[in-house]
Amino acid sequence: MALEFELISPIEVAKDFALAVQNYTVLSAQSVANFFRRPLYMADMVQQADLIGVGSLPIVVLTGLSVGALLALNSASTLQRFGGVSLIGQLVSLGMVTELGPLITGLMVAGRNASGMASELGSMIVTEQIDAMRALGTDPTKKLVTPRVGATAFMLFFLTIIADLLGLIGGYGVAHLIFGVDTQQYWTSVWQILVFRDVFTGLIKPVLFGFIISTVGCYYGMSTRGGTQGVGRSTTQAVVASSVLILVVDFFVTKLIFAFFGYR
Amino acid sequence: MPAPTLPIENPATSVVRPSDCAIEFENVSIAFDEKVVLNGISFRLEHGETKAVFGVAGSGKSTMLKLAIGLLRPDSGRIFVLGEEVTRMSEQELFQLRRRVGMVFQESALFDSLKVYENVAFRLMEEKIPAEEIEQRVREVLRFVELERTYDMFPSELSGGMRRRVAIARAIITQPEVLLYDSPTGGLDPVTSNTIVELIMKQRDVYKTSALLVTHRLQDAFTMATYQFDKATNQMVALPKGQYCEVAMSFLILRDGKVIFDGDAHQLATSRDEYIREYIS
Repeated sequence: MALEFELISPIEVAKDFALAVQNYTVLSAQSVANFFRRPLYMADMVQQADLIGVGSLPIVVLTGLSVGALLALNSASTLQRFGGVSLIGQLVSLGMVTELGPLITGLMVAGRNASGMASELGSMIVTEQIDAMRALGTDPTKKLVTPRVGATAFMLFFLTIIADLLGLIGGYGVAHLIFGVDTQQYWTSVWQILVFRDVFTGLIKPVLFGFIISTVGCYYGMSTRGGTQGVGRSTTQAVVASSVLILVVDFFVTKLIFAFFGYR
Repeated sequence: MPAPTLPIENPATSVVRPSDCAIEFENVSIAFDEKVVLNGISFRLEHGETKAVFGVAGSGKSTMLKLAIGLLRPDSGRIFVLGEEVTRMSEQELFQLRRRVGMVFQESALFDSLKVYENVAFRLMEEKIPAEEIEQRVREVLRFVELERTYDMFPSELSGGMRRRVAIARAIITQPEVLLYDSPTGGLDPVTSNTIVELIMKQRDVYKTSALLVTHRLQDAFTMATYQFDKATNQMVALPKGQYCEVAMSFLILRDGKVIFDGDAHQLATSRDEYIREYIS
């Protein structure tokens, strides 16, 4: 049996990519514009906030604690050589609040929720439930996309604060129990190193990441084709695309904030 | 990345023409990739008329219904529904029009995470109708399709035939002016199919709703033409031989993207076209 390979034109690939970017932009813009159009599905938003926020709490708690503890453990071994173990609090604080807290929480929620959104909406597409909703006179972007976008951006903000706090507690555990850092010294250094810019950076990122997770998840869900296999494909693509996009956006946001506020 | 088909906003203002018929297609064509599915089809569905649409698999029957309700847009041609030009309406304008049209999907397309009463009440909940009125109307329409006992069940707990009946209940709860049925008896056993046909007939004869009925089963359409729903006995009764039902019932056959027949039962039965004779034999 001869295998046949179909050559794909690079122009077609570029066209498909441009179309995907255009449709993603349209969907994202619509999801934001819907906040200013009636009806606003508040009950659906609260339900999504519960699913996304409360549902993601256990993994955020565990990863926050672990990352904080690991950060303290790794930095302490270096600091010990220079006799600077007392600086652990500063390192953990800066690392967690400005970078690792938002990033790890974003990636965890992307893995859990972007896939969930893509598979849920994708299943609705292949079983014609989205068409049925449109046929019943309801806008699926208003009813399904906007509540997810609002709930994810809102809840990721609070989940990041929780992850930051638990990271600091994890770091404290390692610093105090393993390296004998004094409790007051640790928490004072944690508090004193932070300036407005750090907190601002750490709290603006989760809102952007929440927006990316939900719009990418919904976009892949809403553009699902090809039955159950298509749903699986959309789910995987949603997680990969949202994770990569989070990392890329994180870099540019950090750079932009440095450019705006200046380096430390 | 797959090419998505998100709803495209069309800023052009819609054209309204006097609602002299329920649905009108004017030279409508649509192709998917290179395949032409509908090629310049034209027909009219009068108010109160039921038109059964036939054609082999892939002939564009379901596509025709989706075009009528604006879920798809044609490549060329014009479509009027209840006097409004669907082909020039924006997605937002279409949401308003769709509230006057009911559609029963091929695989029911019930919302699987919602219970039966939430599915049936979906449109009423969107219109913010008081809860007591919603419950009363949902029970009424579920009684109409003889499924009141399923009120609190999930779609996954229902049989295929029951799901179709719930889908019909969802489509008719607001008493739309036009109903679109996409193979409502497809894949069902003959007994269940008869129950569904009886329901469609009941809706046609009791409420005189205009309808486009896509079906593979010729016998369903002939039953629709030769039986009438009797309100007194709450069942369909056969009409005397040679007599057709009071409500206008017509047939439309699609072949290779074109309409090859559009007429009543008598014209269909006496057609000399070889393909049609073979199709109905």
